[in-house]
Amino acid sequence: MTDVQGTAAVAPEVAARTAAMRAELERKSRREARLNWLAPIVMFGLIIALWYFISYVRMDAVRRRTALPPPHEIFTDGFFVWHERKGIRPILESLLVTGRVALIGLLISVVLGIAVAIAMNTAKWAEKSIFPYAVVLQVTPILALVPLLRNWFGFGISSRVVVCVLIAIFPVITNTLFGLQSAQARHHDLFSLHNVGPVTRLFKLELPGAMPAIFTGLRIAAGGCVIGAVVGDFFFRQGAIGVGRLLDNYQKDTRIPELITATICACIFGIVIFAFVGWLSNRMLRSWHDSVAGPT
Amino acid sequence: MTDDVSLAFADVSMIFADGTHALDGINFDVAQGEFVALVGPSGCGKSTLLRIASGLTENTGGLCEVDRSSIGYVFQDATLLPWRTVQRNVELLGELHEMDKGERARRASNAIELVGLSGHEAKYPKQLSGGMQMRVSVARSLVMDPKVFLFDEPFGALDEITRERLNDELLSLFRNEGFAGVFVTHSIAEAVFLSTRVITMSARPGRIISDIPVPFDYPRLPELRYDPRFAALCGEVSNSLKEAHA
Repeated sequence: MTDVQGTAAVAPEVAARTAAMRAELERKSRREARLNWLAPIVMFGLIIALWYFISYVRMDAVRRRTALPPPHEIFTDGFFVWHERKGIRPILESLLVTGRVALIGLLISVVLGIAVAIAMNTAKWAEKSIFPYAVVLQVTPILALVPLLRNWFGFGISSRVVVCVLIAIFPVITNTLFGLQSAQARHHDLFSLHNVGPVTRLFKLELPGAMPAIFTGLRIAAGGCVIGAVVGDFFFRQGAIGVGRLLDNYQKDTRIPELITATICACIFGIVIFAFVGWLSNRMLRSWHDSVAGPT
Repeated sequence: MTDDVSLAFADVSMIFADGTHALDGINFDVAQGEFVALVGPSGCGKSTLLRIASGLTENTGGLCEVDRSSIGYVFQDATLLPWRTVQRNVELLGELHEMDKGERARRASNAIELVGLSGHEAKYPKQLSGGMQMRVSVARSLVMDPKVFLFDEPFGALDEITRERLNDELLSLFRNEGFAGVFVTHSIAEAVFLSTRVITMSARPGRIISDIPVPFDYPRLPELRYDPRFAALCGEVSNSLKEAHA
C-alpha cells in the first residue's frame, strides 16, 4: 500500500466488507422506519381484540349494554348515525359550543397573559407582587372555585370561559416572562449602545426572542383550555350544550356507544387544537429556531 | 481633546462594586486613522476598557473622552438576532436610529458587500459559519459609518485560517473607512499585524506596560506575517508581557 491514491484498487475483501456494512445499515434504518408505523397499529389491534374479548366473553348481555358494548357498535350507534337527537350529530354540535368556549378562553389567556408578563418584565415590583398569586392560581383546585364562579358569573357560558382562563393563563404568563427575560446581556448591551428606549427594546429584542417560549406556553394553554371547557360544561349547564354536558347525559341515560363516541370526539378535538398550535409554532419559528415541534 | 483625537483615556481607573480593582491609571489617546491593539492576560480589564470607551460602563476614576456620535462595537461573539436575516440584522442599527428605510437598505447592502457576503442576505444566522456571522456583525457596525470602532476579541473563537483572512479584510476596511480603531486580542501576531500601535497591559489591576509603535506601512500583505521584522516585533511585545508577569 504505497500508492496513496490507490483507493480504486482496494483489496476485494475490504470492498466486500464495506458493502456488507452499508447493506446492514440500510436494513437497520428500514426496520426502524417500519417499526414507527407498525407498532402503534399492532397496539391498536390488540386493544380492539381485548375490547371484544371483555365485551363478549367476560360480560353478559346486560353488562355488555350498560358497561362496554363491542367496538363495532361505536360506529353503528355512534359515528354512522346522522340524526337530530342521536348519533354523531349532537356530539359535533356540542363540540362547536365547547370549542368556541375553549378558543375564547385561549384568546383571553394569551392576550391577558402576555400583557401581564410584559408588565412583570418591565417593572420589578409588578413581578414581585403578581408572581406569588399567579402560582396560587395555578395550584388552586379549579373545582374548589366552582361555587364562587357560579355566584359571580352565573351558570352559563361566561363561567365556562372563566374556567378556561383560570387554567390556561398561568403557563402563558410564566413562559412569556421566561422568554422575555432570556434576552442575552450582550444583546441588551448592543441596544444600550444606541440609547434604545424600553418600548423599542421590547418589540425589537425581547418579544421576538421570547416567541419560542411563548409558543411553548401557548401549547400548554391550548391543552388546558380544552380540559377547562369540557369541565366547565359539567358544572355550568345553562346555555348551549357542550360536550361535557352531553357526556354526562349519555352516562345517565346509559347510551354507552354514544358516550364512547363523544369521548373519542372530545379526544380528537384536543389533538386537533394541540396539533394546530404545534403547526403554527413550527411555521413561525422554523426559519431561525432549532428546537421547534418537540414532543411536548 | 485635540481635533484629530477620537478617544482619550486620562488616568482612567475602575473599581467594581464587589471591590475588584480592574483598571488603574490608564493613559492613552487614539487619533483618527490610528488602530491600537490592546494585548494582555485574561482578566486584565481590556474588555472593561472598551466598555468604558463605549459608555456601557461608567469608570470610577479619571476621565474618558470619546467621540460617541457614531461608535462601532464588535463583541466577542457576533450577537446577531437569530430571528432576523443577514440583511435585517445589518439594518438593525439604522432602524434603532430611525434612519429612512431606503437609505437603511442601501447602506446595509453596501456593508454586506464590503464584508464579502453578497448573496447571503436572506440567510438566517444559524445557516452561517462562525466566520460569516462575525462578518455580519462587522457589517452591522459599518452601516453607521463609525468614527470610533471598538473590537472586543472578535475573532478569538475562529480557526486560524478564517481568522487571518478576516484580519486581512479588516485591514482593508480600516484603510478605506479611516476610523479610529481599538482592538482587544489575546493573539500577539494578530495585534502586530493589524495595528499602528500595540499597547500591552499587566494582570489585574490592568496597567499599561508598554506602548509599542508598529512601523509597517499599509496596505499590509499577508506575507508580512513571515517577515523577520514582524517576528522581531512580536518578540518585543511578548517580552514586554512576560516582564509584567515576572
